[in-house]
Amino acid sequence: MEKIGILIETNNGEIKAANFGVITAARKNGNELYAFVLDCTGNDCEKQLQEYGIKAVITITSPRGAIKWHPVLWAGAIESAMKHFGINTLFGLTSAKGKDLLPRIAADLDAPLVMDCIKVNPAEHTAEKPQFSGKTIATIKVKGSHYLFGIRPNAIEAVPAPCKAETIVFQTEVASKRMTVETLRQGPSRGVELSEAAIVISGGRAMANTENFNLLKQCAETMGAAVGASRAVVDAGWVPHTMQVGQTGTTVSPKVYIACGISGSVQHFAGMKTSDFIIAVNTDPEASIITKCDYYVIADLFKIVPLLTSRLKDALGRS
Amino acid sequence: MRIYVCVKHVPDSAARITIKDDNRIDETVTFLPNPCDENAIEEAVRLKERVNESEVIAVTLGGQSAINTLRSALSMGADRAILIKTDDRPDSIITGRALQKAIEIDGKADIVFTGKESIDSEGMQTMFRLAAALHVPVANNLSAFSLDRRKVTAEYETDAGTTAVVVMDLPCVVGVGKSLNKPRYPTLPDIIKSRKKIIKQISLSDLNIKVPGAKMEVLALRPSVENRRAREITGTPEEIVEQIVKVLQEEAKVV
Repeated sequence: MEKIGILIETNNGEIKAANFGVITAARKNGNELYAFVLDCTGNDCEKQLQEYGIKAVITITSPRGAIKWHPVLWAGAIESAMKHFGINTLFGLTSAKGKDLLPRIAADLDAPLVMDCIKVNPAEHTAEKPQFSGKTIATIKVKGSHYLFGIRPNAIEAVPAPCKAETIVFQTEVASKRMTVETLRQGPSRGVELSEAAIVISGGRAMANTENFNLLKQCAETMGAAVGASRAVVDAGWVPHTMQVGQTGTTVSPKVYIACGISGSVQHFAGMKTSDFIIAVNTDPEASIITKCDYYVIADLFKIVPLLTSRLKDALGRS
Repeated sequence: MRIYVCVKHVPDSAARITIKDDNRIDETVTFLPNPCDENAIEEAVRLKERVNESEVIAVTLGGQSAINTLRSALSMGADRAILIKTDDRPDSIITGRALQKAIEIDGKADIVFTGKESIDSEGMQTMFRLAAALHVPVANNLSAFSLDRRKVTAEYETDAGTTAVVVMDLPCVVGVGKSLNKPRYPTLPDIIKSRKKIIKQISLSDLNIKVPGAKMEVLALRPSVENRRAREITGTPEEIVEQIVKVLQEEAKVV
């Protein structure tokens, strides 16, 4: 049995669903789980966390109140909470924030860190993660006085284990001398976060232009999906790099990945091969994705996608 | 200005990977500079082109063949290079310290560029460990970078649709993302010129790195199995869509 800290991420103050898989991953051998919360403003934060077995919800603040997002301040605050509560193991998400915080904390503590874990054994101090563009899975053993694990969003299924959580407010002084966060610039809303979405619908070269991506966006909206793209599309300048799925873009692990007009290069698969279901829509029966998916449709995406959108509107509108 | 850029010699992402001794890969495949490191080299060279009297030094840790990746950096415009030679595959705890030591022995860094992550071990942490060893600030996965009066303004995404704009004092470490720039293709004269550039070699063991208590070790490496059945959905467009919805609702249970 071990004390494990879980770094909780939020979206507009609400707990992101992807956290629950992280909690599930840490919850073996009767480990005592502490949630570290810095920016949860929702009312039922504790209720949601205790549903998954969190024993204590620790809200970390400075003596002057909530600590605004700043990677150095947040990392420092989490380190002092770990020290104060005698917690030597930290779990978090391999999300944009997790990629900024976990390696900072690991470097400060000189602690081992495995990112993008798809399986963790906290008692053995081992974790499994994809390497070499997802072509291999490495089992990594960590040694040290602290251990950090970043979990690939959605890679570990969330399983509830209700208990009663106590709530604690932990105050700590934080400072950053040589780095300041000037602004947090809010871009146009992209809807569901790509790396954490349960469904991703992506477009490839066959999309032909920027405007056609609206077809995917409309379809995504009906089912709460995120929209992705292949590298070819990003290189052509039709959509921003933030939408790129693959080796040099975002890694996704949704329940369903719908690839529209994507041939399926090795580099693209590196970013989506741990999806539960892969559905390919392509006019080319020779496309390499056809042999590497669960379901394929040899058809024109411009016929299938709009039909899917209206069919989903009907189905979900009724239910 | 003294500009360092850390690069890594990695297997081509298109290479067929086979596993040796259950915990490493057969390295007789094509190796290339890590893709994001080319963006780091590009940004380092662009900075040199803007700032008078500056120098770009490419640094890598690896075997003798890693020289090829240093040569690529030199042909793209780096002035000289350092190879920290080892036949081992040290973890990022050692690598961060090795890069720091090699840089500090060479000179005083004003800025260190890296790629945002490597495509082989995909550890996502070396730039942070290097920065901690150098006691300087760090930001990773930059989509914008500028330098004015020894202050770096950097942008990177912290959440879907939210971009952080951070300011760091020099010296600092910056991890370059794919969207920051388009790496240049060296011309033939560039390549010929780069052959005369100097590559200094140091052995990792000569850096006398104090072995820390912490360690990350690859116990086992296995191929990831792909056992998808690839079933075709056929019929009229309406029938096809009906079946897709069925997969979403009944098999994946996501809608």
